[in-house]
Amino acid sequence: MTEPTTRMNMIQAINSAMDVMMERDPDVVVMGEDVGYFGGVFRATAGLQSKYGKRRVFDTPITECGIIGVAVGMGAYGLRPVPEIQFADYIYPALDQLVSEAARLRYRSAGEFIAPMTVRSPFGGGIFGGQTHSQSPEGIFTHVSGVKTVIPSTPYDAKGLLIAAIEDNDPTIFFEPKRIYNGPFDGHWDRPTQNWSQHPAGDVPTGYYKIELGKAQIVRPGEALTVLVYGTMVHVGLAAIEEAGIDAEVIDLRTLVPLDIATIEASVKKTGRCMIIHEATRTSGFGAELSALVQERCFYHLEAPIERVTGFDTPYPHSLEWAYFPGPVRIAEALKKVMRD
Amino acid sequence: MADEPTRTNLPPLSLYVPEPKFRPGDAVDFTSVPIPPAGETRRPDTADAAGDFTDLAYQLVRVLDEDHAAVGPWNPRLSPDVLRKMLRAMVEVRAFDERMFRAQRQGKTSFYMKCTGEEAVSVAAATALASDDMCFPSYRQQGLLIARGWSMVDMMNQIYSNKGDRLQGKQLPIMYSVRDASFFSISGNLTTQYPQAVGWAMASAAKGDTRIAAAWCGEGSTAEGDFHSACTFASVYRAPVIFNVVNNQWAISSFSGFAGAESTTFAARAIGYGIAGLRVDGNDALAVYAATAWAAERARTNQGPTLIEHFTYRVEGHSTSDDPGQYRSAGEPSAWPLGDPVARLKAHLIAIGEWDEERHAAQDKDVAEGVKRAQKEAEANGILGHGLHQPLDTLFDGVFEEMPWHLREQQAQMIAEETASGRPWARK
Repeated sequence: MTEPTTRMNMIQAINSAMDVMMERDPDVVVMGEDVGYFGGVFRATAGLQSKYGKRRVFDTPITECGIIGVAVGMGAYGLRPVPEIQFADYIYPALDQLVSEAARLRYRSAGEFIAPMTVRSPFGGGIFGGQTHSQSPEGIFTHVSGVKTVIPSTPYDAKGLLIAAIEDNDPTIFFEPKRIYNGPFDGHWDRPTQNWSQHPAGDVPTGYYKIELGKAQIVRPGEALTVLVYGTMVHVGLAAIEEAGIDAEVIDLRTLVPLDIATIEASVKKTGRCMIIHEATRTSGFGAELSALVQERCFYHLEAPIERVTGFDTPYPHSLEWAYFPGPVRIAEALKKVMRD
Repeated sequence: MADEPTRTNLPPLSLYVPEPKFRPGDAVDFTSVPIPPAGETRRPDTADAAGDFTDLAYQLVRVLDEDHAAVGPWNPRLSPDVLRKMLRAMVEVRAFDERMFRAQRQGKTSFYMKCTGEEAVSVAAATALASDDMCFPSYRQQGLLIARGWSMVDMMNQIYSNKGDRLQGKQLPIMYSVRDASFFSISGNLTTQYPQAVGWAMASAAKGDTRIAAAWCGEGSTAEGDFHSACTFASVYRAPVIFNVVNNQWAISSFSGFAGAESTTFAARAIGYGIAGLRVDGNDALAVYAATAWAAERARTNQGPTLIEHFTYRVEGHSTSDDPGQYRSAGEPSAWPLGDPVARLKAHLIAIGEWDEERHAAQDKDVAEGVKRAQKEAEANGILGHGLHQPLDTLFDGVFEEMPWHLREQQAQMIAEETASGRPWARK
């Protein structure tokens, strides 16, 4: 018997994941700015308060430090909080509570207290959001010991990964690529956008399922090159590969920490070439870690230097967004370099 | 930049930077510190609206008067047994502090923090709270654990980071975590525990529990954003939480003026948030007890949070790494107008005929011997840096519930390094 499925965009899939988990576990609570009655500025929590009540789905004061600090305390009590930070760009006031508290609570108390929270936050650009609605700060969190960082690229993955994150007993940062909430984006901002209803990964089971954290997915098998991507850049990368006609193996990392190193290593040893694409700024970005890992493990299999395609080391611009964005032009240039003999 | 001043009719701006009254070598005179008589401050009903007693944020709840009698509406009318129990716990805290401070000076551990002069703040609070109310302490509330009867040996094991340390040597000495005593893991980062206490209290309320939360921070760290986030959250959701601000006048070398004390009281911070605020003589165990019991009743009856400023004095340095002689007058501790909390409670018990000098001296001796015995027992588990610590492998435990590959690799590397070095680390 196949599970019933329905067409969902990424917002609906994320909403469904929280709905499923709130139904299954009375300790799951959802909190954040505008998430209650209104249902969130992106509608991700729509309908949850009327279904589960104000004590489990509630609006919070506008203090990200308070939201995460309160979530730590709720976790210590025994709840399983799912706080929303309205934009990843607003997460910095909560850094101390995430980095020094949530991430280290299990360690510093030798397991007496844990912080089983899942921090949802829309991230990334491509929506003309300017520097305060476009950032990709995942590298800040992958650098911290004790937090997991998860980034989905499809509605199907978003639901399965979010359920796994909520069930996980460690704090998890769940960054939602808001550019692809409604449909996969191929990087051509001047062309019409596809909707998730036209994409197979928009077909999402209505009930419970999960995708194990720490498992990457090969979204396009290939022999000539390994491309490491996550979030929006999965689709931008895939489109650029097709346009260049290169038989690349595209790996959607899905979880940055813990990373699926085995899948990466096997692929690069097979292809002998590696390209990393992320939207975040370049210096000390997660691509630097990926590049180092591939070099350490696959050096003698590499036939060309590892290529990184990233955002520039500037604040995220507004009017020049598409000059900043690591889109088809930048990827095509990097493909030429990495495929050179 | 204009070359010529354009507002020549005004004096230039001038930046005000606070300065404490007394520096090393200065004679100390605290007569300008207003100390109202005991018994003078009114006691509102616990169901009164916070806005109806904002005057209390500028007064001082005091119970013990100059003649060591318990007076006024805040007198908690405790039985002599409870008073003696509090006195003993305070004496134990002081003896524990002395012993562990000395242990640090003897090189047996890296760090220690005393709470001398502030024993009443934690011991009386712990006595007034239910034993399962959740405490979110800062690093100077060892009195909570001792008043709750927690094992001194266990605390010392943590201080020594030895093989008996339940925290596996992962935390700086005195950063205890004791779930079984409803005592939250101490962070060391300042006031992060405040919003956490609110979250715990909100969870307790959401679940229809009866337990409340209490948090402590110093006056200096009320400047942290977390403090204000916590006050906002607590006010908004009427969380069953007690905020204790231990105003001991000094944050390392920064006097309370750098947290705003020259302009207002710390209890008055509550007013802007619309939460109940009390200002209490922190060296008066009965006043601390009464205020805590009042705030606990308020919280437990869904009347919401209370902020209590405990007006006290940090008699010793900030920690074993601090020398207060470098920045404040040596005359301050003895000149402090609110006296010593242990001496005051002792004098009260004697005044009411429930204690005497002989019994006190015998108790001092008994407590000192008990602490010494505990120390000996703890030291049998090892002292810092002498090999008797948690097994090597534990360094990587507890980063995550399950160890991912990258930590396994690093753990293997560490074990290989240590095996090659020949150092005698125990293995699991």
